[in-house]
Amino acid sequence: MIAQIIFQLFIIIALAPLLSGIMKKVKAFFQIRKGPGVLQPYYDILKLLQKDSVVSTNVSWIFHAAPIVSFVAVLAAGLLIPIYITQLSLGFAGDLIAVIYLFALARFFTALASLDAGSSFGGMGGSREMFIASLVEPALMLSIFAVALNVGSTNLGFISQTVSGLGFDAVSPYQILAFVALFIIAIAETGRIPVDNPATHLELTMIHEAMILEYSGKQLAIVELGAMIKQLLIYSLLANIFFPWGIATGGAGALAMVFAILVYVIKIIIIGITMAVVETSTAKWRLFRLPELMSISLMLSFLAIVAFIIVKGG
Amino acid sequence: MVAFYLIGAISSVILNKKDRICSYFSFFSAAAGALIGAIFSISVIFGETFYLTLSQDSYLKFGFFVDKLSAFFILVISISVFAVSIFSTGYVKEYFGKKNIGHLGFLYNIFILSMIFVVCANNAIMFLIVWELMSVISFFLVVYEHEKPETRKAGFIYIVMTHIGTGFILLSFMIFAGTSGSFSFETFNPAGLTMTPLLKDLAFIFAFIGFGAKAGIVPLHIWLPYAHPAAPSNVSALMSGVMIKTAIFMMIRISFDFLGASGSWWGYIVLAVGTISAILGILYAVVEPDMKKMLAFSSIENIGIILIGLGASMIFFASGKPIISAIAAIAALYHLLNHSVFKGLLFMGAGSILYSTHTKNIEELGGIIKKMPLSAILILIGVLSISAMPPFSGFVSEWLTFQSLLLSFNLNNNFAIIMLSISAAFLALTGALAAYCFLKFFGMVFLALPRSEHARNAKEVNIPMLVGMGIFALLSILLGILPVYVLPVLDRIAASFIGTSAFSQSISVGTFGMISIPSSQGISISTPVLLAMLLILMLIPAIILLINRRAQPIYETWGCGQPISTARNEYSANAFSKPVQMWFKSLYRPARETEATYSSPYLKESFKFESKIEQVFEQYLYNPVVDFVMVKSRKAKLIQTGSIHAYLGYIFGILIILFMFVIAGGS
Repeated sequence: MIAQIIFQLFIIIALAPLLSGIMKKVKAFFQIRKGPGVLQPYYDILKLLQKDSVVSTNVSWIFHAAPIVSFVAVLAAGLLIPIYITQLSLGFAGDLIAVIYLFALARFFTALASLDAGSSFGGMGGSREMFIASLVEPALMLSIFAVALNVGSTNLGFISQTVSGLGFDAVSPYQILAFVALFIIAIAETGRIPVDNPATHLELTMIHEAMILEYSGKQLAIVELGAMIKQLLIYSLLANIFFPWGIATGGAGALAMVFAILVYVIKIIIIGITMAVVETSTAKWRLFRLPELMSISLMLSFLAIVAFIIVKGG
Repeated sequence: MVAFYLIGAISSVILNKKDRICSYFSFFSAAAGALIGAIFSISVIFGETFYLTLSQDSYLKFGFFVDKLSAFFILVISISVFAVSIFSTGYVKEYFGKKNIGHLGFLYNIFILSMIFVVCANNAIMFLIVWELMSVISFFLVVYEHEKPETRKAGFIYIVMTHIGTGFILLSFMIFAGTSGSFSFETFNPAGLTMTPLLKDLAFIFAFIGFGAKAGIVPLHIWLPYAHPAAPSNVSALMSGVMIKTAIFMMIRISFDFLGASGSWWGYIVLAVGTISAILGILYAVVEPDMKKMLAFSSIENIGIILIGLGASMIFFASGKPIISAIAAIAALYHLLNHSVFKGLLFMGAGSILYSTHTKNIEELGGIIKKMPLSAILILIGVLSISAMPPFSGFVSEWLTFQSLLLSFNLNNNFAIIMLSISAAFLALTGALAAYCFLKFFGMVFLALPRSEHARNAKEVNIPMLVGMGIFALLSILLGILPVYVLPVLDRIAASFIGTSAFSQSISVGTFGMISIPSSQGISISTPVLLAMLLILMLIPAIILLINRRAQPIYETWGCGQPISTARNEYSANAFSKPVQMWFKSLYRPARETEATYSSPYLKESFKFESKIEQVFEQYLYNPVVDFVMVKSRKAKLIQTGSIHAYLGYIFGILIILFMFVIAGGS
């Protein structure tokens, strides 16, 4: 039991920078650049860990506590999401809604810290981040509803197990609609183009980067790693809610576990590459056009619910 | 219990010249009354219904009757009163020498007493008397700082709206009394069940409007954002935390106990009104710069969330699923309890900020976390609870509300599924905006640099105030991590009006503080384990930060190479909520005025910017009605000559007409 917890923690912490590196590499490929190696995010974090942290004169303890709370909240969410096995030792502690609220907790503290230094960049970033979160939340909840109506539960392990048990029968109009809706949400939640540009430091466009502008050194390393882990977890949610095939279920042997991990890594990389392709093929949207994007997601989830009623309730 | 409140009331009148002693007497006796009230209510929840009849007259049986539902509300009132009373002993120091503490203490005690009587009155006449008493006393409390003109306006709007509400309540009671032939609540239950569907619908709608005005549902909410901020902060904590809940109490009483929740569409009305109140309440709260007003708007939001739970419960009940209905009712009751705790905490917090900075305007504050570190932590707990952050109290009740909406897949009713999922989407939006709103509140008030002289001179508040807030902060945490002990109690209460216990069938508690819903494939959360996870996982970043420790040089905030460390460069609260304002332009209808003076064509000398948000409901719903009434009244002035002879003539004329009616009817 404890082995499973520690192993899952190890996987998510170890894989998260790799996923970031691969996505950067794919983006570089499409921009006809050579780009940094896929291991670059590891080097970046290791480098940051060797540096001093410059702290603003204006800050309070919130600034120091926020990276820790945010990081821990994301890690805790990671223990509630099925990665390679559906039977999670701590799965009883929270369902899909709890995962979302843990992400909200992480965001809350990051945004709070953004206001602490008294810089306008921070406030701007925090304000936009919370704005986007408000846009995302209704669409997210409705797509969860669509999934939960289908399976009859918001227990993540149970969803994965049921959908994986159904095999290809699980592919249905409402699942597809809900997947597309959640995919759009995933773009927003991980701060990707067209919502936010992770590679920019231009004051007019940055959102996440503006919030963490005052962090440096070790604190920045924790913040960056937390963001990478969150990204990995959101892609894991997509993968294991909609395509859980190959995931190990209770009582699986060591071989099945290894196989499940391999399948998981491949799924995550495919989603990462898709995300990078989407990112390179679109331009960043104006902040006030984002409600349109989220309405699309909202409508898709709503259609998923209606489709479910038509197909099942008939 | 009653005696303590009366002692508090009377002693404060007697001692009204000695501020300090008077405040101790009145507030400590209120706290003692609250303790006894809490013990009494727990004994009723786990024991027998309590009756006390004062007069045996068969037509008007005056007396009290406390069943489990009333006892729950007495408990909620008592918890709030206890913490708020302790807070008040510190808070009223503000008024020493300036205002009459005796008046405040007297009104405060009588106000609490009237709220307790409201939830245990046993007949309609008595209920209306104490209800009116509660309204009038709270009106006096609202206008306690009557030297300010906006307070007088607030009081006026409040008293008008609350009487419109009472009018509708009266109509509803008359329908019941007309069928049962008595004003006793005991006879309302059989009468309510035997009425024709039309009468039932009317009784429900009148009661919903009447009590809705008190609860602050949209569009009857307009008094709330004026009245709650105008009252002294300790009273606002009680008004927002407890008084508006008495209306919820009567809604449950009437729709479940008296009418058997039989109307299939009632639940949808409650759900829709709840959803609209939740979303509009929080939308106005997000852009509000006055922190007490913001909290008042957020009360509208939370009443909305409670009504969503209640509405879902009524829908399930009318669809013949009492067990699921009980879960939704438990969710609503849980949120009600939580809201009274964290809203009380936040109103007291706002009071503390007001006490030490003398301003309610978020834009003028900032940086006071360094001046008021303890208040800041306590208020942060309140903020995290109201934003439904795990593992705090708001999270548990919102989780339960979401789960009860999700249980709609048990229904064979497509309309219900769609309505409940739309409501869930709006609830999610409300939750996200609440986090936005309270993040802004905490960030702007406590963090960064002080924006005005007020904030620079802030200092930590006195110990009674911290203790009062501390009790609520502790409760917020306990209600969050120990729902296993709270749910069985709430289940007893929900079972008392729904008739079926949800426990062990559709909701259960387990080891590690787990609450689960077996009918949804064992979905569960365990907030203590979540908390433990968060704490244990903290080892990882702690190790990262502590191993090979690096220096943390202190330097000013980065400003693109320019020194910018002044409060003028900070992001303002208005700017922080600007995206929402742009998003919902059509709702807010913002009006802005800019005024610039130039000393030369190139140099701006000064620039003034003013932006204002329109209260759509006042503008388009109330103002036309008020105008209409004014015009008609002006016409009606014609017959009011002021001469007593003319009035006698009118009375005579009416009498003649009445006699003719009687004679015509008799023959």
